[in-house]
Amino acid sequence: MVVDTVLWSRLVTGLTLSFHVIFATIGVAIPMMVSIAEFVGIRKKDNHYTLMAKRWTRGFVISVAVGVVTGTAIALQLALVWPNFMQLAGNVIALPLFMEVFAFFFEAIFLGIYLYTWDRFRNPYLHWLLTVPVVLGAAMSAFFITSVNGFMNQPEGFILEAGQFTAVHPLQAMFNEATPSKVFHVLASAYMTGAALLAAVAAFSMLKKGVTEYAKKGLKLMMTVLLLFSFLTALAGDVSAKFLAEHQPEKLAAAEWHFETEKGADLIFLGWLNAEREIMGALHIPKALSFLAFSDFNAEVTGLNEFPVDEQPPLLVHYLFDAMVGVGFALLAMSAIFFLLLFWKKRNELNRWMLRIIVLGAPLAFLGVELGWFYAEVGRQPWMIRGYMRVEEAATTSPSIVYLFFVFLLLYILLGTMCVIVLRRLFRDNPAEVEFEKAAKAKEQALQAKEAGDRA
Amino acid sequence: MSYEILGISVLWIFLYGYLIVASIDFGAGFFAFYARITGKDHLINRLISRYLSPVWEITNVFFVFFFVGLIGFFPDAAHYYGSALLVPGSIAIILLAIRGSFYAFENYGSKKNIVFLFLYGATGLLIPASLSVALVLSEGGFIVEQGGVVTLQYLELFTSPLAWSIVALAVTSVLFISASFLAFYASRAEDKPALDLMRGYALFWSTPTIIAAFTAVLYLSQHNNRHFQNMMDLWWLLGLSVVFFLIVLWLLYKGRRYGWAFICLMLQFLTAFFAYGIGHYPYILDPYITIQGGATQEAMGIALVVVFIAGLLLLIPSLALVFRLFLFDADYVKGKK
Ligand code: HDD
Ligand code: HEM
Ligand code: HEM
Repeated sequence: MVVDTVLWSRLVTGLTLSFHVIFATIGVAIPMMVSIAEFVGIRKKDNHYTLMAKRWTRGFVISVAVGVVTGTAIALQLALVWPNFMQLAGNVIALPLFMEVFAFFFEAIFLGIYLYTWDRFRNPYLHWLLTVPVVLGAAMSAFFITSVNGFMNQPEGFILEAGQFTAVHPLQAMFNEATPSKVFHVLASAYMTGAALLAAVAAFSMLKKGVTEYAKKGLKLMMTVLLLFSFLTALAGDVSAKFLAEHQPEKLAAAEWHFETEKGADLIFLGWLNAEREIMGALHIPKALSFLAFSDFNAEVTGLNEFPVDEQPPLLVHYLFDAMVGVGFALLAMSAIFFLLLFWKKRNELNRWMLRIIVLGAPLAFLGVELGWFYAEVGRQPWMIRGYMRVEEAATTSPSIVYLFFVFLLLYILLGTMCVIVLRRLFRDNPAEVEFEKAAKAKEQALQAKEAGDRA
Repeated sequence: MSYEILGISVLWIFLYGYLIVASIDFGAGFFAFYARITGKDHLINRLISRYLSPVWEITNVFFVFFFVGLIGFFPDAAHYYGSALLVPGSIAIILLAIRGSFYAFENYGSKKNIVFLFLYGATGLLIPASLSVALVLSEGGFIVEQGGVVTLQYLELFTSPLAWSIVALAVTSVLFISASFLAFYASRAEDKPALDLMRGYALFWSTPTIIAAFTAVLYLSQHNNRHFQNMMDLWWLLGLSVVFFLIVLWLLYKGRRYGWAFICLMLQFLTAFFAYGIGHYPYILDPYITIQGGATQEAMGIALVVVFIAGLLLLIPSLALVFRLFLFDADYVKGKK
């Protein structure tokens, strides 16, 4: 039996990254939310927010560990599964990969300190300051890894000579033209997803146990963040599309089933293709594609037929793209409606339907991240490094890759299940209200003890 | 100094750092399990979770750093090691994953679960064993390239006395280093029962460590004489290592100055590790990758070195802060905070 090692290599990489990105997104987003909550808590002298920061961090620690474990896996796999890619591209993209590790170091160190120093500073702002390197470290790691991915899409900063990359400019490779739009979009969508997750947690607890002061404050804070970042995500998505239209037109064309180059191109939503590659049952938005691509309703958009057949991405990416955009607008609409209800005094923004929809928002947001990456990665096919190296030239030749796929699948299922079980146990056995009372009591006792000590 | 030499020196220093911090962590896993089945876990488990839980992520980053740095400085390493190590490397990933999840879940029940504790202990020995195989491979003869296809000669590897002696050295060193460190930590925490226990373990594992070291050198002389001869030219470094070892033994035996004992132990491994590493020069993978031939483009090499220095300027103060808070803050160590 001949094993298609390329196919299985792709599956292994796709599997590991799809799993990692869940935790990576949490890893980028939650420190930011913790930082916001702790800051608000100190400003307003409101212990509810402080407790929020504490509880989120506690859950976060568990997901970080899975993020670290899967991240280590993907870093090793990049060399194990794609040895030729790393040999060739390593000369050019080693810099961001290396810097990413420093970002992790930085993040890990300060996270460690943050966790174990809640009550060790007199000035609460000092403890809050520790979140800054954690947030920055996480954002930097997202920046660096995304710039590597940007390089794969938009390779720059070298000359190809006799099968080798020479005359390397590491900085030019890192700050390739794909990097700004991608980083913007990745960070915005990560923060949005984090806010959606925490809002969903608050909404879920209200559905289960009724409205509490703690949950209400958490929900409102996170919905504010969600509104901001869902807007920024859509904006960044637009920037990404403009980037594609200019530099990687075949990816945008494949996503839009835009076959013929034309002016004033329509935006096509959903639908299907018949045997003659004609679009059926789709929603056409006149001239919108031209606008999305160039901010001009009459601009010319390159069609897919301009490219050789063996360099066209799979047409399936159309659905990935549409679903991602759908998620984006759904979340934007959801947060906007929440605030409409909030300001419209007669309505109750905490009605059960609204809460249910907010709970749904969390899986939706994660789905959006996955779909976005699938679109970006599948849409790069057949290229590994666009224009220079095809996927099949890069893969390992070892047939064992098939077994490894199933071994890793099992591993991720185990890790995922464990993570959920532990998180559930952590929060179910320790409701926020009880903890709040306990913390308040402990503080009072400490104060009394101190007073007693001062008197003595 | 040329950028290749600078690069490999940086990497080697980091690998040494990983060797120490990871050994502490790996060995602790074994001791935690062993203490549990001999009914002494109440003595040391608190000690372990006090120190290790805050730092395991940092330990892991050391490994990723070395690995990513190696591929960055020497992209050919990705081709040879990457192609040959798909299966063993994946096994190492899984072991690391199991271990990482122990820390993630430990505060929430896994510490009491004997299966989890067993996995934690077992991975503590299996991971160093599997990682040390990479050092064995670098000696040459196990990775072969024919017609552009790189393969690993499993049979030769599994029947090689050199491989087994290096694995034995890795495992014994891990236990020796870890026990010495935990003895030091217990002495700082003024935890007498834990101290006695760990001091006993440290003394016990010192002898196998030194025997394994001599055996490995012996088999190295048969497998790769060039490397062996180079090391013999550095006899004074090896001699220093033995002297430090004797100081460690003496201090542990007398039962005092555990801090100094651990510093001497670090010096013992530093000197031996560098004698080994310098003797390895100029090969990264004998005979395919040399330091000069396999290095990345100069512009990249210089960029990496610059980033490395900038990174260190950032990290050293941060690490110092961690140490002050968790290692040298007497109240924290004693569990008062
Ligand atoms: C919940 C997450 C999410 C949401 C709601 C959106 N995106 Fe997105 N999108 C991503 C998450 C994402 C991502 C995961 O972050 C990707 C994958 C690779 C990348 O750079 O970002 C991405 C990629 C990506 C790309 C490809 C970039 C490239 O390959 O270079 C385009 C053109 C868009 N997006 C456009 C949009 C538009 C017009 C949206 C309208 C609202 C949108 N995205 C919503
Ligand atoms: C974290 C979110 C990501 C997800 C969910 C993801 C998903 C995927 C998927 C599904 C594939 C297979 C595509 C196919 O074969 O059709 C793939 C391929 C790949 N991705 Fe990503 N990816 C992510 C980010 C990245 C990043 C940041 C990099 C760069 C460092 C990267 C590097 C690769 C490589 C090298 C391949 C294999 C070559 C290929 O099939 O194109 N990925 N990824
Ligand atoms: C866009 C996609 C990605 C993002 C946003 C991202 C972000 C992160 C973050 C924030 C962490 C820290 C774990 C946590 O705090 O939860 C992490 C871990 C890690 N990631 Fe990713 N990552 C991505 C893709 C990748 C890829 C493609 C690689 C492979 C080169 C990778 C390598 C790693 C490594 C090695 C770790 C563990 C580092 C450690 O030991 O601490 N990541 N990632």
